[in-house]
Amino acid sequence: MTIEPREADFAVQGVTCAACIGTIERAVAALPGAPSGRLNYATRRLRVRWLDEAFDPAEVTRALATLGYRARPFALGTLEREDAEQRQFLLRCLAVAGFAAMNVMLLSVSIWAGEASGIDAATRDMFHWISALIALPAAIYAGRPFFRSAARALRARSLNMDVPISVGVTLALGLSVVETARGAEHAYFDGALMLLFFLLLGRVLDAAMRAKTRSVAANLASLRVTHATRIRADGALQETLASALQPGDRLFVRPGERLAADGRVASGQSLIDDSLVTGETRGRAVGPGAQVYAGAINLSGALEIEVVAAGAGTLLDEIERLLENATAAKSRYVRLADRAARYYGPVVHVAALLSALGWLLAGASWHDALVVAISVLIITCPCAVALAVPAVQVVVAGRLFREGVLLNRGDAIERLAEADTIVFDKTGTLTLPEPALEGDVAPELADVAARLALSSHHPLARTLSRRAQGHAPFAEVEETPSRGVRAMIEGVEARLGALDYCGVGEAENGLDEGLSRVGFRWGERTAVFGLRQALRSDAIATLAVLRRRGYSIEILSGDSGPAVAEVARALGVTQFSGDLKPADKVARLRTLAERGARVLMVGDGINDAPALAAAHVSMSPASAADLAQNVADAVFLGEGLAAVAQALTAGRRARAAMRQNLWIAAAYNVLALPLAASGHLTPILAAAAMSGSSLLVTLNALRVRGRVGQAKTQAEPGPGFTALETAA
Amino acid sequence: MTSLLFLIPAALALGGFGLAAFLWALNSGQYEDLEGAALRVLDDADITPERRRGD
Repeated sequence: MTIEPREADFAVQGVTCAACIGTIERAVAALPGAPSGRLNYATRRLRVRWLDEAFDPAEVTRALATLGYRARPFALGTLEREDAEQRQFLLRCLAVAGFAAMNVMLLSVSIWAGEASGIDAATRDMFHWISALIALPAAIYAGRPFFRSAARALRARSLNMDVPISVGVTLALGLSVVETARGAEHAYFDGALMLLFFLLLGRVLDAAMRAKTRSVAANLASLRVTHATRIRADGALQETLASALQPGDRLFVRPGERLAADGRVASGQSLIDDSLVTGETRGRAVGPGAQVYAGAINLSGALEIEVVAAGAGTLLDEIERLLENATAAKSRYVRLADRAARYYGPVVHVAALLSALGWLLAGASWHDALVVAISVLIITCPCAVALAVPAVQVVVAGRLFREGVLLNRGDAIERLAEADTIVFDKTGTLTLPEPALEGDVAPELADVAARLALSSHHPLARTLSRRAQGHAPFAEVEETPSRGVRAMIEGVEARLGALDYCGVGEAENGLDEGLSRVGFRWGERTAVFGLRQALRSDAIATLAVLRRRGYSIEILSGDSGPAVAEVARALGVTQFSGDLKPADKVARLRTLAERGARVLMVGDGINDAPALAAAHVSMSPASAADLAQNVADAVFLGEGLAAVAQALTAGRRARAAMRQNLWIAAAYNVLALPLAASGHLTPILAAAAMSGSSLLVTLNALRVRGRVGQAKTQAEPGPGFTALETAA
Repeated sequence: MTSLLFLIPAALALGGFGLAAFLWALNSGQYEDLEGAALRVLDDADITPERRRGD
């Protein structure tokens, strides 16, 4: 049996300097089992490879934690992998187009110079033939992104920008070959290749922007990727990565843990929360032989599971694919550029036809009329039109990226501009995903409690442990599920957890009723932490700004009616409903859409995912479930909601700039068309006009950079921080 | 004019060499971590103390 190296990817937090690279890679190499690690600094990801079967990848997380880095196992999503492949493909096309354009330009410049100094026809023809030899294969290779997309559009009986581009490039090359064969003066090989080069440049930039967004979002999503506990053949338990599981493995699932793979219950009785998979929130009782799915939460008893499908084969993965399809359906939305292309194509083709007819009627030969018609198509080949929208998208997306809004889809900007109604989810969106910490605790005690909390799996411990970010957890911490954690710290026993587990008396810190409490004892010293669900700090201010701008606002929540009413009252929202299932949310969005509203959905839960996919445009906070993040058009970072208002402003400004750009491109065509129609188009003129208009459009796009920045001050939230109690 | 017979192939070969080098670099993953490459050169942990004194 040959041993194949296994590998696992980790997203690493805390990498800030050059020295980190060496430190991390050496720490991995020093682990038993001799793995090798390579850190990608740009994406903050570590790839570990190992041959020794006994090596446990969870060791990596532990080793890095002692160095102060948080490493989380990470599985590369299908979308991201496809994106990476597409980017490589575009870069290869760009390289070939650049190489060919340079060499053909070299020959063209010689010909243009030769025209002044009297080049002889034989040399000129030879140069044209060499140009053809370079240009034709290069265009066939580098033009594939456009040809493929154009073919797809035509098969779907629609027009996009790539159709006129493909027609223009093909005709320019075809005409050039014919003219070269006739020994004519002009050929347009250089123009066709330059066009491809410029357009590919735009596509590569666009792809790079998306890739960066995806990698940041995916790193955040990996926060949730789980370990699984595998039962080895000798009966011992072993922590392992969910992605490293294989069918046939046996898993031990404790109460409160999420299942990492699809499988059958081998032994044990328990209640299972399948809400992620079926949407049913009531628990399902399972016993030996019952089918269970990845993503479900084990509620009551310990289970032994035999894995049937892991990784890409799980039902959870299937749902994600289904959602991807639902999202693809949304791409039926006709983008601004393609709407322009719908008018653009026919107008240009009719203009070409008319100029050919005009020349024929004026007594020109068939050949001359055809040359004029084709040169009309070349000069109007939509270099500037094709750049008009992506250039703005790249600039605005870059700007938003720096302000913490990551766009998943380029056309999200346009759809944001069209939104007139905003629907918010409550829990995790209007309120903070994690409860806020209250209670007057001595700082040094809180520090110790926070480091202890790092070792706990309880959800409340996540909030407590924030304070200890960047610190290593204590060694040899013992966890009693649903009770608490304990460890020996400086020779004294410390406990964190339920009040009675820590031996702490009730309400001695004067905390309000209705708070979740966590007790802490270190030797003789005790403390009580109160945890409260709070509104996002700028929720009130942001919603006020949005209302002032004329958006109608609505809250749709799965939470109980009274809890929703309380939040709505605090925020001054009159339209709200609670107790909604995912399907109800979608139905409500449909109703709104039928009334003609364009809805921006902001939500974070897995139960929001269908609504996010169904809305006209959607945003999700970075704390959202991965599924929601994948479906949403944009993801925003940070604690505040101000990003929503910023994104909406940016969208409106971007759309204005896109429209300006389309008009600039159209104006250029109106100017250039008579030149081509009258038969005065030379290759130099074509090249100058193409670069000139592209440059103008790009410069106009850059103008948006500053303007979105100004929008930020408008949306800046007021100081109003409100803690709000919500009954769960 | 005969100079063209070797100048043009020479120009194409040089350009083609550049293209091949780029594609090789792209395929061997050198464009995947541009920031890291800039920082890795600063890591001097592989230099032994004796050598450092010698320089």
